[in-house]
Amino acid sequence: MNIPETLRYTDHDEWIRADDDGTVVIGITDFAQDALGDIVFVDLPAVGDTFAAGEALAEVESTKATAEIYTPVAGEVVEVNGELDGSEELVNSDPYGQGWMVRLRAADTSALAALKDAAAYRVKIQG
Amino acid sequence: MSRRTPLHDRHAAHGARFVDFAGFEMPVWYTGLVEEHLRVRSAVGLFDVSHMGELRVRGAGAAAALDRLVTNDISGLAVGQARYTLMCNHEGGVVDDLVIYRLADDDFLAVVNAANRDKDRAWAEAHLEGADLVDEGDLWCQLALQGPLAATVLAPLTDVALDGVGTYHHALGTVAGVPGCVVARTGYTGEDGFEIYGPSDAAEALWDAVVAAGAPHGLLPIGLGARDTLRLEVRYPLYGHELDDHTAPHQAKLMWTVKLDKPGGFVGAEAIRARRASGADDLRLCGFVIDGKRIAREGTPVVVDGAPVGRVTSGTRAPSLDRSVGLAYVPKALDVVGGSLTLDVRGTPVQATVVKGPFYRRDA
Repeated sequence: MNIPETLRYTDHDEWIRADDDGTVVIGITDFAQDALGDIVFVDLPAVGDTFAAGEALAEVESTKATAEIYTPVAGEVVEVNGELDGSEELVNSDPYGQGWMVRLRAADTSALAALKDAAAYRVKIQG
Repeated sequence: MSRRTPLHDRHAAHGARFVDFAGFEMPVWYTGLVEEHLRVRSAVGLFDVSHMGELRVRGAGAAAALDRLVTNDISGLAVGQARYTLMCNHEGGVVDDLVIYRLADDDFLAVVNAANRDKDRAWAEAHLEGADLVDEGDLWCQLALQGPLAATVLAPLTDVALDGVGTYHHALGTVAGVPGCVVARTGYTGEDGFEIYGPSDAAEALWDAVVAAGAPHGLLPIGLGARDTLRLEVRYPLYGHELDDHTAPHQAKLMWTVKLDKPGGFVGAEAIRARRASGADDLRLCGFVIDGKRIAREGTPVVVDGAPVGRVTSGTRAPSLDRSVGLAYVPKALDVVGGSLTLDVRGTPVQATVVKGPFYRRDA
């Protein structure tokens, strides 16, 4: 199971990356995509939408299940991955790269420090 | 604790993701649902469906006894022929849907849903008169070899002349050196294909031989996930979803399996007649397609002016069509081909269109 060292992880199997420009990128983990199976639809928010920490901001449908994607930090959507519309399988094949979902301008990124690092997330999914 | 089929180790070796289904630990997929689904449509796939139940009915009065137990015409079957039928309760609800194979004049194999095996045996013990009933579910394994190349894969492995086995017919023979197999041209995918019933202790030998013979033809092992999407694309009902103990055959549009005029009648016939005559059952099963990619899964309400009037029984993205499709029970007034339905998908109203017949056809 691929768990990059450079990312932070939530208890709902999202990953978060803080970029230098103050934005954060959100996607789902390798573990999550593997559990969901073939992704067939990703319902993304609109640029400009704002979300509170802990709110659902996207929805992923696989052939077998639906999963909501929660943001661990409050913020405004500045970019979404439009490539996923029609190429949903990128979430399966490259969950940390081309399968990214939403970029937020976070009001406060200090909450990220409380999220799991790769080692802690590995413990969680192997638990 | 979950039960396992004799092929559990083979599934694990193929990298299966397991799920609990009807008390069995079964593969839901191996490489991925969509790839497996499309492989069955384009080439060939192999399913372990050994969790299915088998009830053996024998005796001089077996055909007549089955005629009184189930809704379809059983005594009219030729030896070597099979038929899909319902078994109903006294209220006209469906105890199970099953396939009955006539192995010999006085010898029938009824293949039932795994989840209903104990219920069916109890029901048959109470209502089958004049024939011997044995639960043989643990004696048989069942492999489904499905897809346009199924006959190509199977032919070199068996002494059964497959050209002589028509749809919904079967023959007894040897497969991969295993004698005493039933080779049936039946299935649950809408493709040509076979269901092979063999002795449980030969399951691994049968599986290994078919996997090896199929490899040059692109055969993949197929999980229950694709089994569900394949059957839904051709609109076959799944017990527990489209059928249950309360819903009557006419609501599910399965009256073609119900021979109300059979001499001697059958369990549930009067109730079905009365329910049809009264018009009290307003819900009908319809197929729908959704414009867009949202999926209306089982339990999604069908709403009119925000109020629930029906419910989705099965819904998926159909891999062969790349469309979101499903089945729903709706009031008769909404069951109009071309008409629109509003589905409440987790709070979002989604428009669907009622369509007739299977979503996918083999020859399309």
